[in-house]
Amino acid sequence: MTIGGGLMLVLTGALGWVAVQTARGRLTPQVSLTGRVAVGVLWAVTLGVVIRRFIFGLGSVSGMSDRFPWGIWIGLDVMSGVALAAGGYVIAATVHVFRLDRYQPILRPTILTAFLGYNLVATALLLDIGRPYRLWHPLVMWQHHSIMFEVAWCVTLYSTVLMVEFSPVVFERLGLMRAVRAVHMIAIPLVIMGVILSTMHQSSLGSLFLIVPGKLSPLWYTPLLPVLFLMSSTAVGLAMTIVESHFSARIYGDHLDEGILEELGKAMALVLGLYLLVKLADLTARGAWGFMGPQWPQALMLILELVAGGVVPLLLVRGTGIPGAGRERLFGAACLVVAGVVVNRLNVSWFGMLPYTGFVYLPSWMEVAVTLSFVTAGIVAFGLAVRFLPVYPARHRAG
Amino acid sequence: MTRRRKALSRRQFLAAAGGTAAALTVPGRGRASAPALRENAFSMLVDTTRCIGCRSCVRACERANRLPVDEAVSDRPGPGPRLETAWNRWTTVNTEAEPGAGGMPPVFVKRQCMHCLEPACVSVCPVGAMYQTELGPVIYRAERCFGCRYCMISCPFDVPKFQWDSGLVPVIGKCQFCFQDRLLSGLSPACAEACPTGALKFGTREQTLFDAHARIRARPDRYHARVFGEEEAGGTCWLYLSDRPFDRLGFRKDLDRGSLPSLTWMVISRIPTVAAALAILFGVVAGGLKREEHGP
Repeated sequence: MTIGGGLMLVLTGALGWVAVQTARGRLTPQVSLTGRVAVGVLWAVTLGVVIRRFIFGLGSVSGMSDRFPWGIWIGLDVMSGVALAAGGYVIAATVHVFRLDRYQPILRPTILTAFLGYNLVATALLLDIGRPYRLWHPLVMWQHHSIMFEVAWCVTLYSTVLMVEFSPVVFERLGLMRAVRAVHMIAIPLVIMGVILSTMHQSSLGSLFLIVPGKLSPLWYTPLLPVLFLMSSTAVGLAMTIVESHFSARIYGDHLDEGILEELGKAMALVLGLYLLVKLADLTARGAWGFMGPQWPQALMLILELVAGGVVPLLLVRGTGIPGAGRERLFGAACLVVAGVVVNRLNVSWFGMLPYTGFVYLPSWMEVAVTLSFVTAGIVAFGLAVRFLPVYPARHRAG
Repeated sequence: MTRRRKALSRRQFLAAAGGTAAALTVPGRGRASAPALRENAFSMLVDTTRCIGCRSCVRACERANRLPVDEAVSDRPGPGPRLETAWNRWTTVNTEAEPGAGGMPPVFVKRQCMHCLEPACVSVCPVGAMYQTELGPVIYRAERCFGCRYCMISCPFDVPKFQWDSGLVPVIGKCQFCFQDRLLSGLSPACAEACPTGALKFGTREQTLFDAHARIRARPDRYHARVFGEEEAGGTCWLYLSDRPFDRLGFRKDLDRGSLPSLTWMVISRIPTVAAALAILFGVVAGGLKREEHGP
């Protein structure tokens, strides 16, 4: 236990260091090697955890119990994972529905991020649900009163949509230009379908918790949960696009249109500002402020979420007009929004439940290892896709 | 049409399309998902003032449902941390109040699934593994379950329990009200049959509710004047009588009368309209806007 915990601390520290160095443009061979070794160790450990889970059960690898049946594999890997993949529908709608063609250059990497994100979510579910070989049951055993049923359908369909949306990249690489044209012909209805599916399940992840009015703290429980989840998913979709563009520029030396990034930042600030207004109005209208005293640990988490993930990014984005400093600030703001939404999803699925359940759940180091593996797997898969596929078309043509 | 569209600026056009779609999504009133209270539902009255804590019901349950017999646990007479139900322990009897001054007897409380009239677990289960029979009992159909554990999250009484130590074939466990093996054959549940003091009384919900109120009226000195389960979470088939307020026996006191499934249904029932409205909105916008040339 302590050995595993220590190992996780070291690995997390190493990976964090690699991420920070990369973000600052210092991707030296030493940084790269550290990253590779850490990821290798992490994945080996995770393989062991997965084997253990399928032999001795979920209880043997997780801190979950009858008193707390959903842990970080749901709160982080699934709920945050789906939110962070929201860039896919936001940018696809921008280009194909609102016809803003200048966003075309970031469409492919964003769709790739979303597609990988949903695949990781599905894989996380395979570990978390009791009988993964029955993952298809909701698709044939209809129960339309269940939000989970709706989420299952939307996520399945949307993953398919993302696959088709991304397929031209693969077809282009294989030289199947007729297939590329065929997909382009159905692009608009396909994207519209994707946006609707996203709207539905992004909000529905919030609706999942409408059934627990007495269990989830009033700081988060509200009939507006679906609305808040949808709004925050839009904000974090934009934020992830900014973060991803920043890293891509650092790693692949991509020359991004600064104007586009700045616009994304403004759009993010707009959605974030609206979100904060709705959230504060909701807390006030329900008289939930009074719970900040008796539930002070939860109140601290709420403040963290709203100030660090909401107010501070807004202030940072305001200052992006400064030449030179703008890009760093925008990147910082976007990172904070990503962190804020992750904290929000954890607050709803974990910390907000603790006043009712008591402090009965802490993720085990094995749960943390699996979650870290999913994050790193996403990054590695993204890197491989960029290496072998024309994800950045302009760069590919030049090279 | 074309001419008129050209007359609108990009912004005006978007505003008009958005307004139309928003008007379409204005919802009607939420519709409750569950049927009305069923007076004929199978029901059990638990009179805690008659329970002597012998746990015959627990052992009968273990036998009837072929669950492991835990003699040590079942026979434990005294206080201690509450023994919770588990995937293979569908009912427990705990000492919830010690003998008080003035000869107040201890209070024992049997716990198991409450068999809600509007069960949250049934409404949230994406595969229909949790199922409410026409006669009231809420049963679990393991062959459908894929182990998402949403039933556990949703249950206002924290009843469903998961088999955490099974790698590949975990199940949810909870009281089935002896539905298939006994009720359908005209027998009463095993626990009720085993109870030697009449603390468990089986009947239709109309009968048990009538009986509960009759007992309260007849002995107002002996009973707290409420029936737990009459209205909690939309009403339950298992009803409780006690000599003191129920929260002192570990029952939740923050439960609303309203049904839980309707909270979700208010959203789900609107999804088709919202999706259709969005489809129209985006279709109109995508079809109506020209690809940007240079700037709006």
